[in-house]
Order: sequence, then C-alpha cells, then structure tokens
Amino acid sequence: MTAPPDLTPLATAAPPAKAATRAAYGEALLELGASNPDVVVLDADLSGSTKTKAFGKAHPERFFNIGVAEANMIGVAAGLAAQGKVAFASSFAMFATGKAFEQIRQSVCVPELDVKICATHAGLTVGEDGKSHQMLEDVTLMRVLPHMSVIVPADAVEAHQAVLAAAEIAGPVYVRLSRASTPVVFAESYRFQFGKAALLREGRDLAIVAMGVTVAAAMGAAELLAADGVQARVINMSTVSPLDEAAIAAAAHDCGAILTAEEHQQSGGLGDAVAQAVVKHHPVPMDMIGMDGAFGQSGTGDELLAYYGLDAAGIARRAKALLDRKATASTGV
Amino acid sequence: MALTTQRRDEIAEAARQVRIDTVRMVHAATCGHPGGPLGMADFMATLFMEHLRLDASNRHAPDRDRFVLGNGHTCAGYYSLLAQKGLIERDELLTFRKFGSPLQGHPHRNLDLGIDFSTGSLGNSLSVSVGMALAAKLNGWDSRIYSASSDGESQEGQIWEAATAAAHHGATNLTVLVDFNNVQIDGHMRDVMDVRDLRVKYDAFGWHAVDVDGHDIDAIDAALVAAREETSAPSALILHTKIGQGVSFMHDQPGWHGVAPNDEQARDALLELGVAEADVAAMIG
Ligand SMILES: Cc1ncc(C[n+]2csc(CCOP(=O)(O)OP(=O)(O)O)c2C)c(N)n1
Repeated sequence: MTAPPDLTPLATAAPPAKAATRAAYGEALLELGASNPDVVVLDADLSGSTKTKAFGKAHPERFFNIGVAEANMIGVAAGLAAQGKVAFASSFAMFATGKAFEQIRQSVCVPELDVKICATHAGLTVGEDGKSHQMLEDVTLMRVLPHMSVIVPADAVEAHQAVLAAAEIAGPVYVRLSRASTPVVFAESYRFQFGKAALLREGRDLAIVAMGVTVAAAMGAAELLAADGVQARVINMSTVSPLDEAAIAAAAHDCGAILTAEEHQQSGGLGDAVAQAVVKHHPVPMDMIGMDGAFGQSGTGDELLAYYGLDAAGIARRAKALLDRKATASTGV
Repeated sequence: MALTTQRRDEIAEAARQVRIDTVRMVHAATCGHPGGPLGMADFMATLFMEHLRLDASNRHAPDRDRFVLGNGHTCAGYYSLLAQKGLIERDELLTFRKFGSPLQGHPHRNLDLGIDFSTGSLGNSLSVSVGMALAAKLNGWDSRIYSASSDGESQEGQIWEAATAAAHHGATNLTVLVDFNNVQIDGHMRDVMDVRDLRVKYDAFGWHAVDVDGHDIDAIDAALVAAREETSAPSALILHTKIGQGVSFMHDQPGWHGVAPNDEQARDALLELGVAEADVAAMIG
C-alpha cells in the first residue's frame, strides 16, 4: 500500500450552484479542439444533447455525425484512433455502451486505442424518458473491460477537468455524464487527479464512498448525520477504474464501516468495486446503495432519486442501519 | 375495397384527435416529442381505425394482430389511438411521462392497455416484429404484425439484419410502416446522414416495398390492403410525411422533434387544429 492519504478535506462549492456535466464536456471539447489538432469528435445524431455540436461548428472537418448508428460510430472511432487520432465519441450512455459493447471490447479495448467515450444522459436523472433511456449498467459494462479507464465526475467542475485528462490518459477512457443540472460540489480551485479518490469531508464513524450525482447527496447525508452526532467521511470516487484501493483500505481502517452510493445498479458498479478492495485489504461491515435490481421509470430526476433512496435522506437512513451493524459486529452481540 | 367518404372522414377525425391529444399531452408533461406523432397521425389513424385488429374486447386474444412502435419516442400519438380504441382511459392521457403513470415516456409492454412491446431504443424492434410474425405462423394464427419505424431508425444496422431475416424466413405476415419525414434529431437527413431511397433498399432486401403519400388516407388504406394481400414477401410502406403536420409552426422543423410547446404555442396549435377557443382556454388554463 502507498502513503497514507491526506485527510484534509477539499474545498467545496457554495451550495446553490447547479450545472450539467454534459455542458462542461462541450466546453472542454472546445478547448481540446483548439489545443490538440489530433482530437476528432464523433456523435450519433445527438450532438445538441451531448453538447458536441459546438466542436462540430468550430472544427467541421474533425467532426463526424454518424447518424443513429452507435456500433458503427465506435468502429469508425477505433479506425481513426488506429491512425493516430484521439477520438472522442458521444451518445447517450444507454446507446454508447449498450449498443456498442462488443465493438468497444473488440475494436477499442483489445487494441488499446485512444477512443474516449464520453456518454451523457446516464442514470435516473435523465428523468421522463423512462427506463429505455435510464442507463444503470454502464459502469459495470465498462469497468470489467481490460484497459478501459472509467471516470464518473461528481459535478461540472470535475467533468471539465476529467475530459481534459481523458485526452492525456493512454488508451480507452469512459466518462459518464448527466443530462440534468446537478449541484456543483467542487470549488473552481479543485484539481482532478486521475486514479485518486478525493476526500470531501472527514469523519471516523463511517465512510460514504460515492460517484457522480450521489456525491452531493452523500455530502447532504453527512450533514444530516452530523446533526445526530455521527461523523461521516465522504469520499468522491470519480475514478472507478483503476480504483484507488489505498483510499478504500484507509477508510475501512479508520472508519470501520463503508457505505457506497451510486446512481447505478448495485451489481457490478462502484459498490462491487469497493467491496472487492475492502475484502482484499481490510474487511469491515459494508452496505451498498444503488438500484436494487430494478429498471427505472418516468418521473423527474429528483422524484426518482428520492423514490429509489438515492437522495441525502435515503443515504442517511442506510448509514444509520450500517452503524447498527458496525456496533453489533464490534461488541459481538 | 376503397374507403367510403364517411369512413375516410372518421379516420381523418381520429387523426385530428391524435394531433390534439399529442399537443395536450406533451404540453402537460412539459417535455416529450410532438413533431413525429403529428406527422404520423394520418397513417397511424388509418392503421388503427381500419386495419389493426386490436380493441378492448380482443386485447387478450392470442391470435389478434400486434403492433410494435419502433420509433418509441412518438408514443404520444400511439397512446391517443389506444385511448380512442377504448384500451386506455382518456383521463389517463394527461399523466403521460409523469411518475407512476403507465404511459411511460417510451412504451412499456402492458397487455392490459394493448401495448405489445417495450421500445425506445431505436433499431431493436423490427427484429422483434420478425420474431412475432414467425411465431404467429408457427401457431397457425391468421394475425398480422405491424411495426412502425422511421428514417432515423433506418440508420441502425440491426434494421437491415432484420430485413434480411424477414425475407429469408418468410415473415410474409409482417408490415413495416416507415415514417419518412426526412428529419432526425440533429437536423434534416441530408445534413446529418442520408439514408437515400428506402423503397429501393427494402426492395433489394426481398420485400414488397412501396412509396406512399403519408398524408393521403385513401392511398395509405390501399397500401395496407395490398400489403395484407401480398403473401409472398413481407411488406414495407415508405410513408412520406412532414414532421409537425397540422401545426404550421412545427411543419418540417427538426427543432420540434423533442421539445414541448409552451402555453402560447400549445394554444396556437390547438386553435389551428380546430379546437374551439373556449375549449382551448379550458385545456391550457
Ligand atoms: C439506439 C438509439 N439511439 C439514439 C436514440 C435517441 N433518439 C431518439 S429519436 C432519434 C432520432 C430518430 O429519428 P426519427 O425517428 O426519424 O425522428 P423524428 O422523425 O421523429 O424526428 C434519436 C437519435 C434512441 N432513442 N435510440
């Protein structure tokens, strides 16, 4: 294991600000387009929604709209990357990973190419479109692929930096982005570090490890818990693969209980990744919050997050139950 | 047999109801897809009112016809027709896209409501329709499978895998109705990804394929009759439509693929669709 993590919580944003991570993606792409002539962008008839349109306007010769044909888009991206381009490919998370999984495996990950899949409209917060569009299995699909790096930014500040980083990371990268405007967690001074967990709040009663939109909810849960005298450590695990196992081992050691929270199926996602690290390094009581084997449904993003227990109140509830288990485990009752 | 004047008028009235309901539903939901259903209203109404053997009395009959909405985002119009055929309560239409409603943002299979299949991801449904057609034949049912698709959906490779399989395995009891409005999300097809001549393509794949004016109810009806009588190949109706048909400010505008009208726009649209001013006021508030 490496050096103990710095336990100074990072500066966080003033609460009311909201922004969409997909908007940050569009802006970062424009910067990359200006700074790196090898960056090319592909889309599948969703360039207004995924925010690649601005890049297409600025660099029409380096922008390819493939139409409603996601598997073909990934194949074409692989060909461009095989010839030295850094290919950003976008669609909704459902279609970018679901329609094109096999092409991502065979044509992108096996040859370890510079294809950066930046997929928007992930998770429940896509809202009213319903279950056909609410991708809740993409992190599972992507994190099990050898050579694929997986990043799930917590907010627009981190998304912007993660997209810039993706261009530098060698090989395939998956960046998971949201449609909805979600709370801004980080101050502008935040610096995303690929492969490193970010500590947002220190505490020793339990650790809440979250990714994406549930990071803000985890911070809210920590507030609720603090009002009851419970101090929760909150960790933003934006790099899901490769996982910062040292941060997990330290959290298990220091807090004695770990709760994960994700806008994703419990199976195969962040919870599973963290559980593997906990089992390997320092077994402690654990619980996982995510979709419990259900598909989503139509509704507003906030309604759905609350219904499926992914808001601050839901996370705090499960944290309390986990604390009971931790107490039982330590007293042996 | 050609449609009587009275029957044609009834179908036209059902199509107008589809357009009115679509505007109201998408307006009430404050999100959704108005353009497609407005353009599809004439051929969907002809199919549902004159051809598709599905109503409240036979919804659970195994040998009835089936309908699959491949371009699932256009479901507001589909739900309107299911309501017009007594399968969905009219009151329920305005719960469209809301939490807890059976009228999901994209269709979710619900045989009580006559919704035969879950759709929303483009490209999947023609394969499913082929399977349904083959099963109907295996079971000896005299039922037809109708599958809606679109020019945008025709960009998915799986459509052409399904088209190949349908002809090869003799799914002659299958009719696909392709909404060819020359529009997809990012713009007109010529600017995004040109699919060219879909009739020629389906023809080359071994289908009985015809171009049809998608706003001419008599022509649509005749094409559906011919498709049913064609026993040697699956049938493809390439229906040439305009997105937003019936509401002039949405007409041929890609921007109306997936945006809800605001109060003022909904009011204008309903007035143009012939709803009385007092009724419009009650509808929009
Ligand atoms: C596999 C898949 N990719 C992308 C989408 C998002 N999407 C929904 S509708 C649409 C455009 C489809 O074109 P068309 O059906 O011709 O649209 P319309 O004529 O109704 O505007 C797209 C890309 C989807 N639903 N499924």
